[in-house]
Amino acid sequence: MWGKLSWQAIPLDQPIPLAAGALVVFGMAAVVIWVAAKGYIPYLWREWITSVDHKRIGIMYCLLASVMLLRGFIDALMMRSQQAMAFHAAGYLPPEHYDQIFSAHGTIMIFFVAMPFVIGLMNFVVPLQLGVRDVAFPTLNSVSFWLTAAGALLVNASLVVGEFARTGWLPYPPLSELAYSPGVGVDYYLWAIQISGIGTLMTGVNFVTTILKMRAPGMSYGRMPIFCWTSLAANLLIVAAFPILTATLAMLLLDRYVGFHFFTNAAGGNAMMFMNLIWAWGHPEVYILILPAFGVFSEVVPTFSRKPLFDRRSMIVATMAICILSFSVWLHHFFTMGAGGDVNGFFGIASMVIAVPTGVKIFNWLFTMYGGRIRFSSAMLWALGFMVTFVIGGMTGVLLASPPADFVLHNSLFLVAHFHNVIIGGVLFGAFAGYTFWFPKAFGFVLDERLGKLAFWFWLVGFYVAFMPLYVLGLEGMTRRMQHYDRPEWHPWLLVAALGTLLILCGIALQIAQLVVSIRGRAQRREPTGDPWDGRSLEWATASPPPAFNFAVLPLVRSDEPYWESKQQARAPGQAATGEPEYSSIEMPRNSATGFVTAFFAVVTGFSLIWHIWWLVLLGLAGAYATFVVFAWRDQHEVTIPAEEVARLDRANRTARAQALREEPAL
Amino acid sequence: MVKGASSMQWLLLLPVLLSLCGCHTAVLSPAGPVSEGERTILLDSLAIMLCIVVPTIVATLAFAYWFRASNTRATYLPQWAYSGRLELIVWSIPALVIFFLGGIAWISAHLLDPAEPLKSATEPLEVEVVSLDWKWLFIYPRQSVASINRMVVPVGVPLSLRITSATVFNVFFVPQLGSEIYSMYGMTSRLNLEADRAGDYFGLSAHFSGDGFPGMAFDVQAVSPQEFTTWVAAARGAGPVLNDAAYQGLLTQSQDVKPYSYRAVRAGLFEDIVGQRLPPGEGPATARRQN
Amino acid sequence: MSTSALHLAQDPSFGSPELARHEASGHGEGGPAPKRIVVGYGFWIFLLSDVIMFSAFFATYAVLFKSTAGGPSARELFDLHNTAAETACLLASSFACGMASLAVGQRSQKWTQVALLVTGLLGFAFLVLEAREFSGFVARGAGPGRSAFLSSFFTLVGCHGVHVSAGLLWLGTMMAQFYAKGFRVDIRHRFLCFSLFWHALDIIWVAIFSLVYLVGTLPPELLP
Repeated sequence: MWGKLSWQAIPLDQPIPLAAGALVVFGMAAVVIWVAAKGYIPYLWREWITSVDHKRIGIMYCLLASVMLLRGFIDALMMRSQQAMAFHAAGYLPPEHYDQIFSAHGTIMIFFVAMPFVIGLMNFVVPLQLGVRDVAFPTLNSVSFWLTAAGALLVNASLVVGEFARTGWLPYPPLSELAYSPGVGVDYYLWAIQISGIGTLMTGVNFVTTILKMRAPGMSYGRMPIFCWTSLAANLLIVAAFPILTATLAMLLLDRYVGFHFFTNAAGGNAMMFMNLIWAWGHPEVYILILPAFGVFSEVVPTFSRKPLFDRRSMIVATMAICILSFSVWLHHFFTMGAGGDVNGFFGIASMVIAVPTGVKIFNWLFTMYGGRIRFSSAMLWALGFMVTFVIGGMTGVLLASPPADFVLHNSLFLVAHFHNVIIGGVLFGAFAGYTFWFPKAFGFVLDERLGKLAFWFWLVGFYVAFMPLYVLGLEGMTRRMQHYDRPEWHPWLLVAALGTLLILCGIALQIAQLVVSIRGRAQRREPTGDPWDGRSLEWATASPPPAFNFAVLPLVRSDEPYWESKQQARAPGQAATGEPEYSSIEMPRNSATGFVTAFFAVVTGFSLIWHIWWLVLLGLAGAYATFVVFAWRDQHEVTIPAEEVARLDRANRTARAQALREEPAL
Repeated sequence: MVKGASSMQWLLLLPVLLSLCGCHTAVLSPAGPVSEGERTILLDSLAIMLCIVVPTIVATLAFAYWFRASNTRATYLPQWAYSGRLELIVWSIPALVIFFLGGIAWISAHLLDPAEPLKSATEPLEVEVVSLDWKWLFIYPRQSVASINRMVVPVGVPLSLRITSATVFNVFFVPQLGSEIYSMYGMTSRLNLEADRAGDYFGLSAHFSGDGFPGMAFDVQAVSPQEFTTWVAAARGAGPVLNDAAYQGLLTQSQDVKPYSYRAVRAGLFEDIVGQRLPPGEGPATARRQN
Repeated sequence: MSTSALHLAQDPSFGSPELARHEASGHGEGGPAPKRIVVGYGFWIFLLSDVIMFSAFFATYAVLFKSTAGGPSARELFDLHNTAAETACLLASSFACGMASLAVGQRSQKWTQVALLVTGLLGFAFLVLEAREFSGFVARGAGPGRSAFLSSFFTLVGCHGVHVSAGLLWLGTMMAQFYAKGFRVDIRHRFLCFSLFWHALDIIWVAIFSLVYLVGTLPPELLP
């Protein structure tokens, strides 16, 4: 009846996972009870869970990413403390736990922190920057989000029921095959990633269509903000790369569930093929994460330098060059497989070539600052921290792209230091910059700058203290994923690295404090004009938070920086225009529970597949199908916002801006 | 010029910094020609890149500082967003550096190809390496001896290694000798190394292979050719015989196995492992119960 | 804080209601493209991603083609007569789907339902033929667990079969919708997507037919 599931799946005999699992369960239960007790459930259901508004979905993505960041960071703390203790000792985490923790850390940080964070920012910002009212397929967007959340839920469920994969964040066969990983851990990984992967693929389809087909009048490709360009590149990569991931993991699932022989040691299986396929997805994935972060910096640096971005054309060319080149480098993940000089040399050079457009981007941000009037608000600090940190990560990356250097550094902590250098220093700093930058747009009040800057410094210093020792350890020959070791020269560096994670912990604590303090003081921090940073692109042209329809009338784009341009015109004496546009009613997509219900059935299906509860699998699939039919059957797709309501909201924003103008003298 | 001066200072500091680390770190203190070559490539590439990275970092900080909003002496260029000359420089500097580094990578990828036999007057010593769950088996086919978790090699003699796995993927890695390489079931990886200094060097698997992975360390003892002959003779005189039954025993998972040697090895064992004529590693006990 | 933001908000030309009249191309001139174009375009992008997934399976099949592990090879298994019949069913089904598009264009409920029924029946016949082929292989001891080659064969061809099955489910839903809701614009958009999907499956089948079945039955000396 219940497949492989029994009471033994709950780790009652193991204190650490039990405590962690209990924490998660009670934490979630506490939140749900609190929400229910306060009577917020109808509000949440109406305004958030069933919302198909890209802004709401973007915020929920970022919230999911932040919560999962905490989970992934706890894993990191446990790994660092284990390695700090495990010199000639067993430490406090036995291998079967330690192996789950590093696998979960990588999986969570990539799939459920970095991905949702950048996708969340894209969701929130792209339609606003394009000057349109929503994405191409709003309900599909909600499905995408909830499927991502479903994957995250399954990963966390493995903490309480059963176990997670013990194979690393990419489950290399033959280790991940049934013969060597008989438990449900790998299945949890596979189904969680398959489910959230479908969501991500749908996001890719949605955003490619949105960016290519839905832009404000006058916004030609050349006038698109760079964040939209990098989002376009990232989503093209999603569309081109995620199907490979789906296919590869499907093959591993077939091996594990029905005895196929794609990657097994028996019957002609070829495990090397898994490495080729997974990295044919995996390397573009790296650029799916970093390109939107580059886009964030391309918005932040000009805004806080009070200057247009230097050489937009090169920026666009570099973005698209990275997008295309990213598919020609996957083999550098296994130079040490003995492919020979020609193959290794080719992929080494191809990998290095990506450093050219990336270098161009760095120089362009540099020259954007040249001749600027730089304000060091925390978003700009993240950008500066990124520019300094990222070139170091880029340098070690090019080093690893040289096959002979990789021959002694492959899989070492040098590699671990490198990719944390670019993912923390690039993607995460970008996500934090974007979070600080667009938070006032999303909520109408500004985050506390003092705590934000303090958090930045703890993160920056913590990052260097935590990861520079890892470069040294790599040069000392230490490989990754060691549960214990007995080389005395490694121990001091691992102690330093553990200290670094504590500094980062302070940074995270300060960020939480920043959020709490800012929310409590939101009345004083309210930002009435919708343009707190003297912005340049269209998202700042509307109210904060923007009305559901974003723009009362679609803006007409006449230049690269339409909003800045119009402010400049207005600044010229005698040019201040008066009057208001002609308002008309606006049709917006209706809320839909499709995403939430689909994700519910996805969790049921995934969970029962993991535990081999076949009848429940069929029930889950039937439920998902029924959900789609119900969605397809509805007669009313849109709600109409009457012209008077549009006018009322728009005038409110105008009045607020006028108020602010009277209170503060003009420039 | 701020940029030039600081990069020069850095370059002067570089050898000092590296010698500070270099005397301790395994990868930077090579004990053979392969690791020596790889260290050279690593340091050269690093030095070339530092020439551009350090000025970039300095310029970032300098621009940020000078063009701060409160600095009234800095010129504000609110419209300046393009310069053809700079665009050219911005593209050509990284391109030239990569052109240079790419050339080095291409040439050295061929020179240091692990499969390429080392140039030497001495005939190479053949060793067959098998990764097991979770220990290393070293077979000396000419000498017909074998050992677990210890590879004894003569100094100055090239090593011709053939590497496979009896189980999941692993990576054979002796940091001070250089060149990691994958060991894979049903396949042979070729690796050529040489130790030109006597000493004990630690080796490990550099690819996670399951719960017992950290207990998969081995050591390499580089000894003089005479001592090597003595070791072979001693090995022949003691220890068990590695036949199919003994090999079957090795397929069971175990970790932190103390080194020991086999006095004789069944001929063609390695070929039978690669040719999949012997069963693969057993995997965890739970998997065996289910199958 | 930007004070001159006020002026922008009061600049009526910044937002231009006249643009609502434009039939936009989505190329930046006239604003967002109309719904029909957006839906079709999005679905094309989805189909591209599906084609990429199939390419991964094709690549795997090519890599594992010779990994028969002592089991039967492609040449020993494939029967081109069956494949020809499958191809005929699928192509005829697509033709019927094209007829359905015409009927939808004519707003003819009767002919739409007839054409869609024929589309579905031919698709179902294809599935029956494929299932017969598969079960024949399994009966001869050439199931997907026999060798890596057979794993990749069953996965590639089976994945197409799963797509056809999902298409049939969609088709049935489509027929019910036309019946219940008539030729409403959103249902016509959905039908546009369905016909794109159905034709894309043909293209993939042509690739399977030529790269799997025709190449597989070539004499070994002609294979690389």
